[in-house]
This record gives sequence, structure tokens and C-alpha cells, in this order.
Amino acid sequence: MTERTARLRPWYLLSPALATITFLLVIPTCFILVYSFWLRTATGADQAGFYLSNWKEVLSDPFYRDILFSTLRIAAITTVICALTGYLPAYFIAMSESRHKSLMLLLVMLPFWISYIIRTMSWINILGTTGALNTLLIDLGIIDQPLSLLYNEPAVILGLVNFLLPFMVLNVYVSLEAIDRNLLDASRSLGASELQSFREVTLPLSLPGLAAGGLLCFVLSAGTYITPVILGGPRNAMFANLVFEAIITQLNWPLGSVLSILLLIVLGAIVILYNRLVGIGQFAKTFG
Amino acid sequence: MTTPTHSVELSGIVKRFGDFTAVERMDLSIEEGSFVTLLGPSGCGKTTTLRMIAGLLDPSEGDIRIRGRSVTAIPIHKRNLGLVFQNYALFPHKTIYDNVAFGLKYRDIPKSEIAGKVQRALDLVQLPDVGSRHPRQLSGGQQQRIALARAIVIEPDVLLLDEPLSALDANLREDMRVELKRIQAQLGITTIFVTHDQSEALAMSDTIVVMSNGHVEQVGGPEDVYVNPTSAFVARFLGNSNLLPARVGAREGDVVPVTVDGFGTIRLPASRCTAVGQSDRATLVVRSENLRLAGDDAPVPGDALALPADVTTVDYQGQAARYFVRIGDKTLQAVNAIEMHPHRQGARVKAIIRGRDCTLVPEERH
Repeated sequence: MTERTARLRPWYLLSPALATITFLLVIPTCFILVYSFWLRTATGADQAGFYLSNWKEVLSDPFYRDILFSTLRIAAITTVICALTGYLPAYFIAMSESRHKSLMLLLVMLPFWISYIIRTMSWINILGTTGALNTLLIDLGIIDQPLSLLYNEPAVILGLVNFLLPFMVLNVYVSLEAIDRNLLDASRSLGASELQSFREVTLPLSLPGLAAGGLLCFVLSAGTYITPVILGGPRNAMFANLVFEAIITQLNWPLGSVLSILLLIVLGAIVILYNRLVGIGQFAKTFG
Repeated sequence: MTTPTHSVELSGIVKRFGDFTAVERMDLSIEEGSFVTLLGPSGCGKTTTLRMIAGLLDPSEGDIRIRGRSVTAIPIHKRNLGLVFQNYALFPHKTIYDNVAFGLKYRDIPKSEIAGKVQRALDLVQLPDVGSRHPRQLSGGQQQRIALARAIVIEPDVLLLDEPLSALDANLREDMRVELKRIQAQLGITTIFVTHDQSEALAMSDTIVVMSNGHVEQVGGPEDVYVNPTSAFVARFLGNSNLLPARVGAREGDVVPVTVDGFGTIRLPASRCTAVGQSDRATLVVRSENLRLAGDDAPVPGDALALPADVTTVDYQGQAARYFVRIGDKTLQAVNAIEMHPHRQGARVKAIIRGRDCTLVPEERH
């Protein structure tokens, strides 16, 4: 083998993946980027060219900025709740010596078998004015009038947590499962109690999974649009709803493109910053 | 206060996993400062025993005392034991310094003394300058030294070593063997070492506990268990032995005549027959290095049995050779030093067995 072919070999091997990414991700994104500089005329037709008016409108209007911030806030809250509530089942399954470990994992993944939309809509039957929770509370005599539990931000967050929890559980589970049990025995033998061993050994070694799960939850919830549509009120729109509104409802491709690219840039920046702070790569080395 | 002479005492220890009994009624007393090896094939219960002493497993029955204190109900982190694992088990997310200092954090040690103690432990394992590195930056042998430093820095009552050399390659293993023994002797720390490797056991131990199928076969010094096995299992497990079914004759003074079917009668000193009672049948143990092959014209000592043998296989090892020889209908192994040339395959030789080199053990039951 010549030096040249040896040097090019990794690229040959990568070519299927690179081709897929290029055709399905890079090129469509470039189209969207080009669209974002087009102009929508008063007649409703798109005029090709290089116009900055859409960008100016989106960046100057506080409406878009507020929705972006509330989107990021909802995503952050969802992520924290997922981390706190997902760690426990992941820990339980990973540390379990039960023969039914794989069944437990299957149960975690069970919700994926049902459409996300159906799962989200089912909350209406639970939280609605004639839903299960209100009916129960009225029957128990705790309340007289049904509580309005739907169509607000907590309902949106609840729906997102319900959707994203399995991602967190599985990510944390994988990193917990990879921890050498001898490390815990070593820690205990050196004088650490069970709680101290958890804090000193288990928790830090499971951070890569927690970090990966957190990132996944954050990005997926920041990009969601179905949950706020079904469980949110008129004032709970998230950023992806604006994109949907612009492109599908108003057929304003240039505006929708600007919003899409903006969300992409913001989430990309957050991912890079997060990687710097939490150092996913650094943690990955721990297991290398 | 009197100093207890026994550092670790196991009395009537039993460990069952469901229907399976991993350790059967084990009694063992380990003297302060000694190096004791639990030796046996995998599944013999040696690691289970170690884990019970460590507190990683609870015995089903019996009591474990460390320095006179019953620890059976004491959780692992309050037993003050040093534990070293086969796979090192260093904390990958902590520096070497933090690994070694780990156990000191949970003891009443002034912060100002911790650095000094860690440094002394690193000096002891001859890795004084690696404190700021991470475990993955060290070789396997270095990691095991750090694991040892981490275990001894807390000045444990007992050091427990679970096959600590098995993951190392052969040359390193021998270096670490010497190193480990040096550190143990220097600190005078009671050490329990688990291994399936007989040469490690023979080289390092003050006392060897040979185990099989959950029970103790024999306890003794390395030379004692090697030279005077009390069971066919021990004879087979340590070194290389020929085991021959034999008939025991009536004792004549200090001599016991033992007849091997097809070979003839060998006269053993009575001291070599203590493991066998008044039994008629027994097993004669002839170490392969004690089966001497000589030319046809070689002189035969008075108490020896000389048998015509055919060399079937020669395994040349440089300073010695391992031979498989056919005597009657049996194949025996002999390991002899080579004086001039090894015996050739197919050669007819004289196999010489001396009574005082043999040991009589109870007949093997199958």
C-alpha cells in the first residue's frame, strides 16, 4: 500500500457516513440558510436574493427574543427535572442483582412503543377538567371545583419530562453499569460509608451519562413543538412553534428559515459551551 | 492489655449461596505479622473466604475475629482492612495522590499529616513522583503498586490481597512478588493472599492454606505442604507428582513396607506415612523430581526400588528435562537435571524411587 492510499483510507471508510450527513443534513441546512436571505413580497411570492430584512426583524423584535428565552428556560427546567427523577430508576436498575434487569430496561423503553402524540394527548384525560385527577379529587371531597391543570407551562414541562425521561434513564444507566464494582468495594474498605462511596465514586463516574442525557433532554425539549401545541395555552408557544407557524401556516419560508437557523445557532453555541464546562470529552477519557 | 497473638481467627465459618456451599466449616488462626496464602483452584472457596474477612460477604454461620474483636456484625468500612484487587480498582477520576489519600480522609488524621503519609506510601512502593498523574497514565504494574500504597497507607490491621499479581505479565509478576514480600516484611503487616498460583504461594508465604471444594485440605509452611502433602489433592496441586495406588504392609519398627501394584515393595520411613492411619490401601506420592532416571549400569541405593523404564517423551527445558516414562502399564513423569545429555526418546533406562523421597497419603476416592 502506498503512503497516499494509506493516508486516504480513513476517508474511504468514512465516506458512507459523510455522504449521508452531507445529503441529509448539510445540504438541506444550506438551503434553509439561503432561504433566510430571500424576501417575501407583499403578493406572497418569494423573491430570491440577499436581503437582511428578515434577520433584522427577528433580531430586533422582543417577541422572538422572549419566546427564545422562555423556550430555553422550559428546556432547562425539563432537563433538571429529568436528571433528578431519572437518576434514581437508573441507579436502581444498574445496581440491581435481579435476574429481571433486562425486563426493567425494557419497561423503561416501553413508552417509545406508543406514539409520542398519543402519550402527550393522554395527559388531557388525566389533567383535564373532567380528567382522572380532578374527578378523583372531587370524589374525595378535597376540592369543589375542578382545578385548571392544563394549558399552562407546568403542563408543558410535565409532558416534556414524560417524553424525555427514558432518554435520561438509559444514558445514566449505561454509565452506572460501566462502573467497576470493585471500585465501590475498594472505597468501602478504605473507610467510606455507602453514602460517601456514592458521592466520591459512583456519582462522579456516572457524570458522563448524566451529562449526555442532560444534553439530549435539553436539545430535544428546546426543539419540541407538539407538546406546547397539545398541553400549552396560547401564551406557552415555544420557538419551534414559531417556525411551524411561519412556514406551514403563513407559508413564509424566509422568516421560518431565519428562525430555524437562529435556533440552530443558539443550541449549537449552548452545546459547545456545555462541552467546555462539563467536558463530555474529558469524562469519556476516564473510561478509555 | 495483652497483645492477642492471633490477628485473624475464623471459627466454624460457613458460606452458602442457595443450595451451594462455597465454604464448609472453616477454622483458621492467623498469627500477627504473618503472610498467609489461601491457595486452591478456582471455585475452591478461597476468594469467598477473603471476601468474608473483608466484610464484602456475610458468613452464613460462624464468627470472624480480627485482633480479638468479633467483626462479623461490623460493616466493611469500619473493619480497618487494606484490600487489593486483581484489577487494581484505582479510582479513574482521581489523581494518584487522591487515590492514595482516599482512606485517610475517613480517619482522624490532621490534614497536615496526610501529604507526608501519602508521600511515604508512594516512596515505599518506589513510585515517589507520580502523585499528580491519573491511573490510566500508569502501567499495570505501577497501578498495582499504587493500589498497594492506597491499602497500606491507612495502616490496616490486615492486608487482604485478592490475586493481585494475576493481571500482570510473567516477568513483572516475579518482580512484584519480591516487592510485595519486601514491603510486607518491612511493615510486619498481617497479610492474607489469595492465589491459584502455587509458585507465588511457595515463594511468598509463611503459611499456606490449601483449599479445595470449600474446605481446607492442609495448612502448613511452604516446605511442609510441598514435601509432606497430607492428601492426594495437595500432592497433585502443588508441584508435579506421580500418584500410585498402593497397599500398606504392617509396620516394621520405623519402616512401613508399601507395595505398588506391578512395581514391587518400597520401604518408607514411618515419618512419611503419618497421613495414613491403619488403612490397607493408600496412595504413594512420588514427586517427578524424585523419580530419577539413570543408565542401566547405575548403582541403586539400598532403600530404593529400581524399575526398567522406557522414555516415551522428552521435554527439554535447558537445565532440566521433563520425561514421560513407561513402567509396566503406567506412564510416570520425571523431571531430572541434565548432567551431560538428556536421555533420548525410546531409551531404556532405570527408574529409581527412594523410599524416603516418597509420601503416603490416604487413597483418593472418586
